[in-house]
Amino acid sequence: MKHRVVVTGMGVVTSLGSDIPAFWNNLLAGKSGISRIEAFDTSDYTTKIAAEIKNFNPEQFGLDKKISRKMDRFVQFGAAASLMALQDSGLKLGENADPERVGVIVGSGIGGLGTWEEQHTILMEKGPRRVSPFFIPMMIANMASGQVSMLTGAKGPNTTAVTACATGTHSIGDSFKMIQRGDADAMICGGAEATIRPIGLAGFCSMRAMSTRNDEPEKASRPFDIDRDGFVMGEGSGVLILESLEHAQKRGAHIYAEVIGYGMSGDAYDMVEPDPDGAARSMARAIKDAGIAPEEIEYINAHGTSTPVGDKSETMAIKTTFGGHAYKLAVSSTKSMTGHLLGAAGGIESVILALSLQNGEIPPTINLDNQDPELDLDYVPNKARKAGIRTALSNSFGFGGHNATIIMRKYEA
Amino acid sequence: MSDVYDRVKRIVVERLGVEEAEVTAEASFKDDLGADSLDVVELVMELEDEFDLEISDEDAEKITTVGEVVNYIQSHA
Repeated sequence: MKHRVVVTGMGVVTSLGSDIPAFWNNLLAGKSGISRIEAFDTSDYTTKIAAEIKNFNPEQFGLDKKISRKMDRFVQFGAAASLMALQDSGLKLGENADPERVGVIVGSGIGGLGTWEEQHTILMEKGPRRVSPFFIPMMIANMASGQVSMLTGAKGPNTTAVTACATGTHSIGDSFKMIQRGDADAMICGGAEATIRPIGLAGFCSMRAMSTRNDEPEKASRPFDIDRDGFVMGEGSGVLILESLEHAQKRGAHIYAEVIGYGMSGDAYDMVEPDPDGAARSMARAIKDAGIAPEEIEYINAHGTSTPVGDKSETMAIKTTFGGHAYKLAVSSTKSMTGHLLGAAGGIESVILALSLQNGEIPPTINLDNQDPELDLDYVPNKARKAGIRTALSNSFGFGGHNATIIMRKYEA
Repeated sequence: MSDVYDRVKRIVVERLGVEEAEVTAEASFKDDLGADSLDVVELVMELEDEFDLEISDEDAEKITTVGEVVNYIQSHA
């Protein structure tokens, strides 16, 4: 028997807001969370902007100093968003949930890059005997899932997806399947990332993958616009509490939306260039998994990173998957406001998907001043839209050719 | 004892996130100050830097309390 799976809690840590109401209101208002990088001197870097979280204080999120100093920044973000989501859900392990039936998948695309960088500098300057004993456990990409289990007491399935920019969506999709097949009653799932570090910025700069619109940070992320010139790196975390419908109903939980489909595919094509066929197969599999007709999808929260190639490829994939219906559904890229949170992108975008369905509002693609004539879908330009949508989809695609698609539906008893 | 003790205390407070008052001579790193095995390794590294000495793994294993660390440093530094 397949269990129905619903979203009962959500948490975000982003430059656009680190609580659900503020985050949502800023998205609907079309605000940008992108600014000049303050964490270090960017004079020598071609890109000097990011969706950077200023003055992050883990203690404000219930993480005491003793614990958080042994966490890389990505783990701090993931732990903060997880605690927020758990509190929002009302799930109390050991009271209204069996700890052994609650699992965690909070992935990261890259892991503890900042810790790597610091300890490598110590290795070079002071030698191997001064490298911290916490270097390895702080840096490994699975440690957000590990730390969240320690903080919450969740003893169920515990693993990590590491699929670059598809990490968050794979984490949520895999969690959905675990609950659907009965491995867990609830999952704490999403992604966390913290790569606004000299080595991270330098690496992406060398790839020529990021926008260099340094003088207008708020206009730099402009998916589907003719003048888009690359993505803008973001940091933070987005985490959902997924729960079986019967478990949620038994404790009278608030239900944001229902997860109904998950699809994934591999491009088998190139390390970094996308193949539209891969994205199309990911969406088709999710639709098949949900047991719906393609025409039932009314909104797509696009991967839409604002790179010249990526936005075109995704648009082609949507046309392949939906045919004529591609022109009837709404597509928006909230990365125009949030920046690209890499492994955390799917986490915050699933939060957005659930809120869009619950609230009947679609956040816009901002900075869409001159739509690329080759990209001819309805990208919800610049203004949020009220729309009583019932079924919506979110895409994430990662370096390596990893594609993941999640489908949610407005909750109907 | 006071100068070494104060410097040890400052490092222990900072590294283990404990209150100054908890760092008594009798306090055990693992039992009283909540240190795990990696905390102790890190603490030893920090003390080596602070006092410019080398503490062998063998010696480090024998030291379990704040007072023992202070004594060790005073007799080796």
